[in-house]
Amino acid sequence: MLKRLSTAPYLLWSLMLIVVPLIMVLGYSLFRTGTRGLEFSLDGFIKFTDPLYLKVLGLSVWIALQSTVLCLLIGYPLAMIMAGLKPSAQRTAMTMIILPMWMNFLLRTYAWIPILGRNGLLNGLLATIGITPLNLLFNEGAVLLGMVYNFLPFMVLPIFTVLIRMDRSVIEAAQDLGANRLHVFCRVILPLSLPGVVSGVMMVFMPAVSTFVISDLLGGSQVNLVGNLIKDQFLSVYDWNFGASISVVLMALILVSMWILGKTDKNGSGVSFF
Amino acid sequence: MKVKLTEKNERKYGAPVKLRFVGLLIMVAILLAISGCSASAPESKLYVYNWGDYIDETVLDEFEAEFNVEVIYDTYATNEDLYVKLKQGGTPYDIAIPSDYMIEKMIREDLVEPIDLGQIPNFAAIDDRFKDLDFDPGNQFSVPYMWGTVGIIYNTSMIDEEIDSWNALWDPKYEKQILMLDSQRDSIAVALKKLGYSINTKSLEELEAAKAALIEQKPLVLAYAGDNLKDMMIGGEAAIAFCWSGDAVYMISENEDLAYVIPKEGSNLWFDNIVIPKGAQNVEMAHKFIDFLSRPEIGQRNAEYIGYSTPNKETLALLDPEISGDKTAYPDDADLANLEVLLDLGDFIEAYNRVWTEVKSAR
Amino acid sequence: MSRWLQKSYLFLIFAFLYAPIAVLIVFSFNDSKSTSNWSGFSLRWYAELFQDDKILSALYYTLAIALISSLISTVMGTFAAFGLSQMRGRFKGLILGVNNLPILNPDIVTGIALMSLFVFTGTRLGFMTMLMAHITFSTPYVILSVLPKFKQLSSEMLDAALDLGATPWYAFRKVILPEIMPGIITGFLMAFTLSIDDFVISFFTTGGGVSNLSIEIYSMARRGIKPEINALSTLMFVTVLLLLFVINRRSEKGAGVVLPKADPLERM
Repeated sequence: MLKRLSTAPYLLWSLMLIVVPLIMVLGYSLFRTGTRGLEFSLDGFIKFTDPLYLKVLGLSVWIALQSTVLCLLIGYPLAMIMAGLKPSAQRTAMTMIILPMWMNFLLRTYAWIPILGRNGLLNGLLATIGITPLNLLFNEGAVLLGMVYNFLPFMVLPIFTVLIRMDRSVIEAAQDLGANRLHVFCRVILPLSLPGVVSGVMMVFMPAVSTFVISDLLGGSQVNLVGNLIKDQFLSVYDWNFGASISVVLMALILVSMWILGKTDKNGSGVSFF
Repeated sequence: MKVKLTEKNERKYGAPVKLRFVGLLIMVAILLAISGCSASAPESKLYVYNWGDYIDETVLDEFEAEFNVEVIYDTYATNEDLYVKLKQGGTPYDIAIPSDYMIEKMIREDLVEPIDLGQIPNFAAIDDRFKDLDFDPGNQFSVPYMWGTVGIIYNTSMIDEEIDSWNALWDPKYEKQILMLDSQRDSIAVALKKLGYSINTKSLEELEAAKAALIEQKPLVLAYAGDNLKDMMIGGEAAIAFCWSGDAVYMISENEDLAYVIPKEGSNLWFDNIVIPKGAQNVEMAHKFIDFLSRPEIGQRNAEYIGYSTPNKETLALLDPEISGDKTAYPDDADLANLEVLLDLGDFIEAYNRVWTEVKSAR
Repeated sequence: MSRWLQKSYLFLIFAFLYAPIAVLIVFSFNDSKSTSNWSGFSLRWYAELFQDDKILSALYYTLAIALISSLISTVMGTFAAFGLSQMRGRFKGLILGVNNLPILNPDIVTGIALMSLFVFTGTRLGFMTMLMAHITFSTPYVILSVLPKFKQLSSEMLDAALDLGATPWYAFRKVILPEIMPGIITGFLMAFTLSIDDFVISFFTTGGGVSNLSIEIYSMARRGIKPEINALSTLMFVTVLLLLFVINRRSEKGAGVVLPKADPLERM
């Protein structure tokens, strides 16, 4: 009895503010106000199959993938190096990685504008060695840079956490049995660190594919990603049917990729959503 | 895991944690008190929704003091953003300042309250040329605020030639030095004018041609800018762009190398009027605000601060001759001859919406 | 891999992470707007920042909403976690699944979903709607922080306390609460930091002059380069540095380091 009462408030809350809104989004995607009132329509989804919009989705996925891979390539070695430090140094390194995460996300993104702009810091420095101002801002490169910068700590931390918890004896055993450094890495460390990698990939890919802030501020409205598309439909164009359809597609994309990534964790040392 | 309830453990989980918790709360409470410090709450509130950088904020302070009201001020970037916000409902705005075509649309869709001109004596100070315009016959729903033109702004130190045509924005010479506005009707209008069509065309063929032109232009465009266009032009980040005349006045005052021109193919003449959105809570105060803004001295301060052109003849008389004589802000009637006013396109706007989304999504 | 190479790599990456922030901080003291020329030391941007009513109002709302929403979500979430810890079976799985949705869903989807709800029901967008939105995305994290603590709780201990004559309330206060307190604190702090930093969901669910810091920065950034933002960044950086210092002292006592965004997998 006490238990039921305990969960009741949250049950009600989650029903009204999590479930119902999502059903509404689904509703908006499947119904539009036609001439005879509400009518069922797949127009929103059909509109999205236009190559133009599929390209937008493709671009979002592509840039998100690039930033995920970059974060992984930069972050994994960093995590490994950090894992090899003395505990006191580890704590400092960990704090230094976390500090940028605590800084406001908007600020971290905005910070690149005065640096990359035509009259910004980088171009100012390049000018002193005689290079004409480059166009570093308002293109896909700038958006990619913004993403890697923002999400790198999210990749480093899970990997680092897994690495320091790793059972040293397994590594030592492999070394005792004659494996060289590369072997130890590929056959022992890498597989064991996979849960952390999967975690990191998820925490980078998901926000990267759905962001609109980074492409808004650093892309100069030139880089139109799925997030921008959705935002425009809801706040400028007022086509909620189309906007909701894109959102449903995005949600499905994320949930499916999470499910796939979750499956790679064969040991079950972490993932179980439902 | 069993925890021995010893005195030591009690202290470990008890006091230090609680203390820290309380400490955090106190710290936050203090911060709240500091930043939330406001004087005694005024009689009532007035919610104003306006374009960014479109008013002299000291004017608001003066209004608050004179009428003992708190003005809550929000901004939007385009007419479309305003429309969506008002359409979806649930907004508290008493005042909004849309443009001509949007006012026409809002009247049609019953999104505005009627205005009692009897409560706005300063309406008489407004030049008759700006009254009773097509989008709001008899000024039943709106009162003029500012007006202006659309034209090309360019940096004469970065561009050698005389600019006089929209084609300059498509010139490969200026690759990545061109800025366009992130505003649907305005950017499409530029493309339509370049091709010699009306900015209110309902011909799908002409619209598609404009779309093709805009997509063709994309590789040359540095960015689709919003309010940051002004800073970018002043700072020389871009060499050429199109903008509203008031912004041009401001930019030129900050950077003398800049010049404004209305292209020969023709352009857009626009009017921004003040409306009272439907469902406004404080209609009476809204009327007072409109009357206040129409006062010659207030109009003068606004016009001088934001650089836009006033429709108020008494304000005009008060302006610094250097400003009222500035052709950028106050062109001759002859210059206005081949300018079109944007009209509400009814349902056909859907085609424009589609075209705009396609332009922005194109690579 | 040589020690030197490792240290350099570490240094390089940290330089990359801190360079932009450093630039903002340095140029917040620049007398001009430029970020390529130094015109002299000046505190004018800080002065302008403190005179900017919009920013101060945004700061107030940010803190108010963060505090209130995290308090409410912590309480609601702790009670929910308690109930859930006693549950078994499919229903529990369902609730946990729903609980995960705000965590798994991209911010923008949660944002527009909530906006749709508010608009559909005719609720005025403003302080209350933003508050409700924040509670909605914070509570799942609280539950995920507290639930494991409940799981670790030994039921024997509770029974022993009750057997020894303690009233249920006393047993709760002296036996259960201390055990789960670390989880509650972590949950609260997580809810607080998520709320302070939120942009997307707040963006879609607020209105009528109510704004938070992130939204204000976004508006300012869209209008161009504003040196007041540099001043704001410096102040926030210092605040965060202090906060982290305080929290790290706590972590040295073994309560763990708090991350601003939870790792959903780790928490299970």
